[in-house]
This record gives sequence, structure tokens and C-alpha cells, in this order.
Amino acid sequence: MRQPIFILLLILISMTGIGQQTISGKIKDNKGRPLASVSISIRGSYDGGTSDSTGAFSFKTTEKGVQTVTASSIGYNPFEQSVTLNGDVFIINIALKEEPNELKAVVVTAGTFEAGDSKRTTVLTSLDVVTTASANGDVVGAIKTLPGTQQVGEKEGLFIRGGSGEEAKIFIDGTVVNNFFFSNVPDIGSRGRFSPFLFKGTVFSSGGYSALYGQALSGALILETIDLPEQSSANIGISTVGLSAGYQQLAKNKKSSWGLNYNYTNISPYFKLVKQAPDYFKVPVFHSGDGNFRIKTSRTGIIKFYGYFNASDLGLRRHDIDSAVLKNAFSINNLNVYGNLSWKEKLGKRWKLNMGASYSNNIDKIANELQDQHNIQQQLFTVPYDTKSFNLRSTMDLAQVKAVFERRLKGISAIRFGGEYLHSKDRTIYNNKYVNNGISDVSDNLAAGFAEADIYVTNDLAAKAGIRAEHSSILGKANLAPRFSLAYKIGQGQFSAAYGIFYQKPERNYLLFSNNFQYQQASHYILNYQKVSREYTIRAEVFYKKYNDLIKTFPDTSNAGSGEAKGLEIFWRDKKTFKGVDYWVSYSYLDTKRDYLNYPRALQPNFAANHTASLVIKKFITSWKMQFNGSYTFTTGRPYYNFMYNSAGNKYSITDQGKTINYNNLSLSVNYLPDIGKTNAKKFVVWVLSVTNVLGNNTVYNYNYSYNGQRKEAVTPPARRFIFIGCFISFGVDRSDEVINSNL
Amino acid sequence: MKRIFFTAVTIMMAVTGAFSQSDKYEGAMKTNIAQLDSGVAKGTISELANNFERIGNAEKTQWLPYYYAAYCTVMASYLNPDKSKTDETADKAEAFITKAEQLAGGENSEICVIKSMIASAHMMVDPQNRWQQYGAASSGNIEKAKKMDPTNPRPIYLDGQSKFYTPEQFGGGKVVAKPVLEKALAMFATFKPASSLAPVWGKASTQYFINECN
Repeated sequence: MRQPIFILLLILISMTGIGQQTISGKIKDNKGRPLASVSISIRGSYDGGTSDSTGAFSFKTTEKGVQTVTASSIGYNPFEQSVTLNGDVFIINIALKEEPNELKAVVVTAGTFEAGDSKRTTVLTSLDVVTTASANGDVVGAIKTLPGTQQVGEKEGLFIRGGSGEEAKIFIDGTVVNNFFFSNVPDIGSRGRFSPFLFKGTVFSSGGYSALYGQALSGALILETIDLPEQSSANIGISTVGLSAGYQQLAKNKKSSWGLNYNYTNISPYFKLVKQAPDYFKVPVFHSGDGNFRIKTSRTGIIKFYGYFNASDLGLRRHDIDSAVLKNAFSINNLNVYGNLSWKEKLGKRWKLNMGASYSNNIDKIANELQDQHNIQQQLFTVPYDTKSFNLRSTMDLAQVKAVFERRLKGISAIRFGGEYLHSKDRTIYNNKYVNNGISDVSDNLAAGFAEADIYVTNDLAAKAGIRAEHSSILGKANLAPRFSLAYKIGQGQFSAAYGIFYQKPERNYLLFSNNFQYQQASHYILNYQKVSREYTIRAEVFYKKYNDLIKTFPDTSNAGSGEAKGLEIFWRDKKTFKGVDYWVSYSYLDTKRDYLNYPRALQPNFAANHTASLVIKKFITSWKMQFNGSYTFTTGRPYYNFMYNSAGNKYSITDQGKTINYNNLSLSVNYLPDIGKTNAKKFVVWVLSVTNVLGNNTVYNYNYSYNGQRKEAVTPPARRFIFIGCFISFGVDRSDEVINSNL
Repeated sequence: MKRIFFTAVTIMMAVTGAFSQSDKYEGAMKTNIAQLDSGVAKGTISELANNFERIGNAEKTQWLPYYYAAYCTVMASYLNPDKSKTDETADKAEAFITKAEQLAGGENSEICVIKSMIASAHMMVDPQNRWQQYGAASSGNIEKAKKMDPTNPRPIYLDGQSKFYTPEQFGGGKVVAKPVLEKALAMFATFKPASSLAPVWGKASTQYFINECN
């Protein structure tokens, strides 16, 4: 009998000892909202539970004594608390604090459009840049469909919010690019030199940009080149404008790569088919080559080199505006070399280093001749014909280094600081009837130091404060530019505000001929609301910009100019409403006036339209293996003026002015991908057809005036439409995945 | 008498948890593994992920709990229609599978299967822009999984599933997918799991897709 009792006792003892107890409670976030699917457990045991949609949880445990209760959920700081379990029902209510998270945190979006492939939802992706119909594969062409930009077709550059093309700068891997566009031809806007496929990330700032960048009064386009390719490949292309070939080799260990590309552009076959307004006596021929290498230095570090070379030649003849019989023959020969070396590395847990060095050399040899009807050079000794024949050789050198250090602070806050040094040397040699070998030199050393802090108060509230100091040797003066911005997230949307002061040296053309000039200055004030989801983007922005110290060339060379710009911009993108269709709409309203150069008073400049609207649409039709892209841009007319010098009053006055007709441009493009879905295809072919100004709308960019002001002539594109047909074949890369996946 | 004693001890051990640790481990694992399919159906898969995570944390040396936690988590990311949560959920699955890989002493066929699923989850958020990075990772891991264990039906099943969702014009579709899925189904019939806790999931889904192909 003793034994059973003993056993029973044993059981009873052990039962009481291990009596399961219930732990329950509620889980909320620090704003008091219930959190579902949170994992709660007793550390080191199997026991635990998961919270339901009301945040409630309840589980049983056999653990007792002093234990640790833990709770964890994605996006929240882990929670733990020591508790004593004594067999009673244990109730614990837990509040989890949101974890600082770069992807979820508010970002300052005032003035900034970001395009990239990162996990963060961005307004545009890299692919969007190359599939915009009106862009013709030009990065800046795609950026021009975003609000804040002007549709200036007679000159290259980004004309942002009442700023001229020179007032926006373009940066590749951190350093500024001097000759991003092909050399200027009078009244014809040039394309960018670089292939859009070179870049993986794009940040377009139409104002209020970071203290890491400077020397641009209105905005910055910040481009980041691609890292290692996914695999080795070769490609060839043939199109209505030329031939191309390239090779890209990825090392077996996938730690390094190199590549070479060559492009030959010859537009004569195309010009034979499509008549151009100017008479091209030297049809544009371009040779350009580029080479790159990329080496992974560690898991997080990479060294990238990109080198570019271009030689081009073109000449065009137009009738002379001052005479019924004479012609002007303009020719330009360009040699351009560009190299960019950058190094990115994470140093330890908290430090990051970004270094960049770049060099560029650009030589333009320009010749202009006054010719008769038989294209024979004419020597005339009367004004204005006497100075129409000239030769100009212009060289530009720019060498620069830049280093940025970043240190992580608590959470995702960080400080960044560094410096850059730019050495530039420009020379022009000018010859005409009166000037023999007139040499002008200008050389400058610009040193800049900058510091910036990202301060995250919470994931929903962030501030960025920066300061930039610059010294230019040619101006002999330093400047100090503060920048400040703030962002606050409400639900899916966010408000941001930005303020900053921006300085810019006068352009080289002015520095070459006067040493009276100082920095020009602009202050930006921007308010922005943005809401981004996978399906929709809505953005609205208002801005005010004040220009001080703009340069005047009359009555004296000085910095007495000024100006202002204000406006409203809206961007809407929708990938959902129409099945399989992705479209975006931009609208910009701009009200701007400036008094600069030889303007007699503050005027709306001839590169600024009051209203600009763009619509971009893309659709892929699977069964046809075709992608259709369309874009439509409308702007109201831009003002034009004729300023004439009046020696009696010693001033410039407006003798004629008006507004150009509205601008309309419908562009379409079609891509045909016949090899899609052929498994194990050795080659992948892409056909491209694109047409700008399909409807053939009249386009007038501006008016040129004769010397006596009696005649005006419209500045129009060289041809009404531009048609491009091309076939591009790549080997070694099965790009079917690309297209399939982009259409799932 | 002996019998009573034995019964009592058994009861006692059961209630005190004095079973050997490995019995407790196997029991808990089996209970949770048995719920995998119903977890997907009932939407309680993240609860199962939490259960497996706790077992993994408590055991410290077993790779399978983390493997299953990764599987449940990546399934949860597929099942959640809110795509803004997909990346962070898939990242969590990634963290689990990395732990599993460390404990397993390296990659194996089953781990590669999960890695492929994680890559697919990331890719589906924004296929147009992510195919290059994640598309390659997804198919690369399927191939690796096939190589590391040619008898494993799961990479074949994933292959068939991906073909099923690929449009016909792109070399996919039901006609192409069906033989692959049938091959996977045949492999499920002969597949011998390495242990009583080793993965066996996938047969029902394979059957489901075959039915859809008809």
C-alpha cells in the first residue's frame, strides 16, 4: 500500500509544481494602436504566443520563477522584461517602440525626384528614364517630363524654375561634369553624351538640394553609375543614325568587370531621306568610345572607373539674317575626353567613405564664314558683316577631387562632411578681321568644404541641416551657404519644406572678358506634399526663389542683376486605374522675372513659359511582344524680345517683343522584342521605332532679329520630326527574363 | 504494481516535461509541421513561424526549426496582399534561413529552395525593376537545389509553378508547366525525407497546379 501512495504523492507534488499558468495581455505600439502577429515568448523555452488583430495574446507555460518575457515584431525594437511566475494568471501589457528604419522613414522630398532600383518606393525608376517616348534615350529628355523643367529645344541644358540652362549642374558619382552635353550648335539643342544605361540611380533636384553639391543656382541632376554587370555580354546595334558595338566581361569570381563600347554616328543617310532646314555641308559624324572597370574591394566597397572619348565634326549653312543673298556657314569640331574614378567603402560599423576624382578636357574648334550664294567666302567691311567671319578655338580643362565621410549616429541619424577641390583652366583663341590670335585665359581653383546632418527625431519626423563654404581663387572671395530641410510623415503621405542659399560663379564666357564679377546668389523656399504607393504617386509643390547678384553686362559689368521666380507644380502617376497601363502627368506653373545681362529691366526671360504640362504613357502588349510608349507635352508660348542699343540714351531698349505660339509635341515609340520567351535563345533582339512631333505641329522656340531690328525670324527645329529606327542585338545575355518579369 | 508505477512515471514525465529533450523537440516540431498546410489555409502561418522560431531559439543547435520558420515567414509574405510589407517579411525569412544555414553547416538543397522563394518574394514587389537582381537569384537557387539533391521534388515543383505563371508568349503556360509538375509529383511519391522532421511539403500544391493545368 505504501508504494501507490508514494507514487500518488509524487504525482501530486509534481503536478502542483508544474501547474501550467496562463500569461496574457495586450500589445500596442507607442501610439496606442494594437499590434497583430507579434511573437511573445518566455526566453529559452518553447512557450509563447502570437498576438491577434486586437493585439491580445494568451498562452500557457510550465516555466516558473524568474523568467524573461520577450516580444518581437518586424519594424519594432525588441522588448524584454524580467518577470516572476508564481502560478497565478500573469497579465503583461506591452508597448513596442518603432525601430528606426531607412526604408520606412520619412525622406526630405521638397524639390527632389528620386529614380532608382532601391527598395524604397521612388517616383521614377531607372527603366522609366529609357522608355519615355519623347526622350529618345536621352537622360535629360526624360527628366524634362517632370515638373519644374522647361521645354527649351533651341539650347541644351535643364532650365529649371526660371533658371537658365547654365544654372543647373549635372553630377556623375559625386563630381560635376563640365561638358555633359555635346557641343552647342546655334539654335539647336544638343543631346547628353552619356548612355542612360550607364546609370542606375538618378536624383533630380529642382531646388533646395544638399550641401554636398554647389555651384548651381537652380538645380542639380545627380547620377550614379551602375555597379558590376549581372553577366558577360556582347552587343551590336544598327540604326538610322549609326552603328554601335560593345563588350562587357564579368570576372569568374564576380568581383570585377571591364567593358568597352564604341559608337559611330553618321547622319548622312538619314539627312538624305528626311530634309533638314539648314544646309549641312558637313553632315554630323561622331566617333565616341568608352571604357570602364569596376572592382569590388570588399563586401560593401567598390572602385569604379569610367572613361569616355568623343571626336565629332559638323557644319551647317543657313541664310544670313541681315541680307537677302548672303549665308552663314558654321562648323564645329569637338574633341572631348572624360574620366571618372570613384571609390565607395564602409569603414567599420559606423563610417562610410565616398571618394571621387574626375578629369575632363574639351576642345571646340569653331569656324564661321559669311558666304555668297555659291558658298564662297565674302569679305565685307561694313557693320554688321565685318565680324561675321571668325575662328574660335576654345579649350576647357577641369580636374577635381571630392571626399565625403559619413558617420552613423543613433538610429538612422547621420552626419556627413567632406570637401572638394576643382581646378579649371579655360582658354579661347579668337581670330577675325580685327583680332589676330586674341587669347583669353581664365583659371580658377575652387575649394569647398561642407557638413550636413540628418536628424531623425522619429521615423516620421526628420530634419536635414547643412552648410557649405566655398572659395574661388579667381573671384578672390569665399561664400557660406546654409541649407535646411524638414520632413514630416502623416499616414502614407508626407509634408516637407526646404530652404537654402546657393552660389554660382559667372559662366566662363563672362569671366574671360571681365574681372569685375562676383558670385551670383539664389535663395530657395519650397513646400511639398507627397504620397507614394506602389500604384499611385501624387506630389504637389510650391516654391519661391529669389535671385541676387545676377550678372549684368550693361551698362557695366557687375553683379547688379536680380530676379525672382514662384510657382506651383503637380505630379501624378498611376499604374493601376487602367489595366497594364502606366502613365504620369506633370504640370508646372511658373511666374518669373529677372534683370540680368543686357536686359533693360526685369523681364520674363525667353526660356520661361508660364504653363507646362506633360503626359507620359506606357503599355506592353504581351501577345504582340511589343511595348508602346507615348508622350504629349504642351506649353504656353514663351516671350521673345529684341534689345537694341540706343547710343543717344546710352541704354538698351526693347524695340520689339511678343510671345511665341504654344508648343505641342506628341511623340510615340514602339519596341518590338521578337525573341521573348524563346528559351535558351543565344541572342536577344530589340527593334525600336520612335517619332517625335507625330502630329507635325508648328514649333517656334524663339525669334532672332536682324542687326537693324527690321526683320525677325523664327527659331525652329532643323526638321519638323525626328524619326529613329534601330535594331539592337545582345549576345550571351538571355534578356527574356527581363521582359517577362517586367510584365508579370 | 509495476504497471501502475510505470503509468504513473509516464504521466509524471509527460506533465513535468521530463521526457528527454529530444522527445520534447520532436513532439513540438511534429505538432507544428502537421499544421503547415492548414496554417496556409487558415492564415495562421505567421503564428507557426513564431512557434518554430521559439523552438529554434530554445534549442540553439537545430537547423530545422529555423528552416521551417523561414518557410512559414516567406509563405506569409506571399499570402499578405499588402506589398509594402513584402520586403521586410522576406528579409525576416532571409535572417532565419541564414541561421539555419549556419547551424546546418552550409547550404543544402532544401535551404536553396527557401532562398529561391525569398528572392521571388522580393522580385514580385516590383518585377520590372527587380528582375535583374532577384530573378537571377531565384532561378539560380532552384538550379543549385536541383544539383545538391537530384531527388528533391521541391525545386522541380517551384520550376513548374513559375512556368505555370509565365505567359505562353514568353515560353510558359499550362502546357509547358504540366509535364514539369507531373515530374515533381512522381518525385514526391518516391522522395525519402532524411529524417522524420525533414521537409516533405509541396505535394498537395503540386497536385493543385496539375489540376489547374487540366
